[in-house]
Amino acid sequence: MKLVFHGKRIEGLLTVLPANERLFVDEMDQFDFPRGRSLKLKEVMGYDRHRLVDGDVCVSDLAVAGFEHLFAQGLLDRDGFDALIVVTQTPDHLMPATSFVIQGRLGLKQDLFCLDINQGCAGFLIGLYEAFMLLEQPAIRRVALLNADVMSRKVSPRDRNSYPLIGDAAAITLIGQSDDNAPIHANLKMDGRRREALMIPAGGLREPSSEETRVAHTDAEGNLRARDDLVMDGSAVFNFVQTEVPPMIEALLASAGTHMAVVDTFLFHQPNRFMLQKLAEKLQIPCEKMPSNVVEHFGNSSGVTIPLALAFNLRERVCRETLTAVFGGFGVGLTWSSLLMPLGPLAFCEMIDYPQVN
Amino acid sequence: MKSILDILSGIRPEFDFAASQDYLADGMLDSFDMLALVSDLDRTFSIRIEGSEILPENFRNLAAIQALLAKHGVTA
Repeated sequence: MKLVFHGKRIEGLLTVLPANERLFVDEMDQFDFPRGRSLKLKEVMGYDRHRLVDGDVCVSDLAVAGFEHLFAQGLLDRDGFDALIVVTQTPDHLMPATSFVIQGRLGLKQDLFCLDINQGCAGFLIGLYEAFMLLEQPAIRRVALLNADVMSRKVSPRDRNSYPLIGDAAAITLIGQSDDNAPIHANLKMDGRRREALMIPAGGLREPSSEETRVAHTDAEGNLRARDDLVMDGSAVFNFVQTEVPPMIEALLASAGTHMAVVDTFLFHQPNRFMLQKLAEKLQIPCEKMPSNVVEHFGNSSGVTIPLALAFNLRERVCRETLTAVFGGFGVGLTWSSLLMPLGPLAFCEMIDYPQVN
Repeated sequence: MKSILDILSGIRPEFDFAASQDYLADGMLDSFDMLALVSDLDRTFSIRIEGSEILPENFRNLAAIQALLAKHGVTA
């Protein structure tokens, strides 16, 4: 479906990364694969290091640290936003929603629209759309969008297909009104028939976690995981992305009546370097316009990778000037979506570690 | 220039790729090996295999890989 919004902008961005950094070469021996094959994988996919939470750190911990930083630095008032959208697949609890946990821990006002969305790698775009729609209400002047996941806690450390690429992170994006009323074009598709391509089979009510679902089994490729863990059909996901994303981007630009050359940056979800290279080749996007370095530095943190790609690669530029940006998200659901909008100048674009070391 | 069999042996040196007609069914290539293979084929033959062409049927055996390369103007 095509979506059109007016008069909205991203005001500021903060990312929160666990300080704990693990190197792929130090983890290779936990997989049941020869070192040579793992090193080949490192070279092709861009695996190098990733950030993982320590122990029982939850999404709300990363969020509270991020918001407290914004309050302390004077970048956001505690009462300075009217909606809190949390996009995560790894909530603190089944209920209540993690947005309420964050509201309560931060002592935020009661006049706050708290909303959780279960979304993954397209979650930054889905969160933006929800924010844009909430901002149509006069009572909602600014929305804080939190994308956060601690997926490392739901991935088997002996699953070579998923563990090396996973990263934990959070991003707080402030969204508000803009005087620029030019249309913001977007598109979105979802396909629940392919829902099993990315899944945590057990742990919900359909298949409650049990002693049996916690037992790890070896799959056909030699990965060891339990039904409580994330399982990804790598071939299906790869083919989905390569088949659906290029026409989606072309359709977006056609809807907006524009073309590739006017776009300053293509900020896509960051699954791995190889997948992004193949997308760039197909769409004929110059590599300098399309960052693909998030996985090698931080890991794939689902809905956080787009804001993280922005903060890591463009934070000085986006605080100084306005860029024409295309966002592209694709993942669990399955979901695929893209958005074309002016980006910047932002009031702030920062990256901090959790816990912070002063 | 390296042959396709040389490249396959570089990825999985423990197997004899000349002796199999179905690398996938025989457990000689998994999904990540296919990506490594595409990366090596791109580099060796100076081509760009499209992401949408990375399907199991294009890597099932030597003939399938040769047919894929032929689409990119490579005889190997």
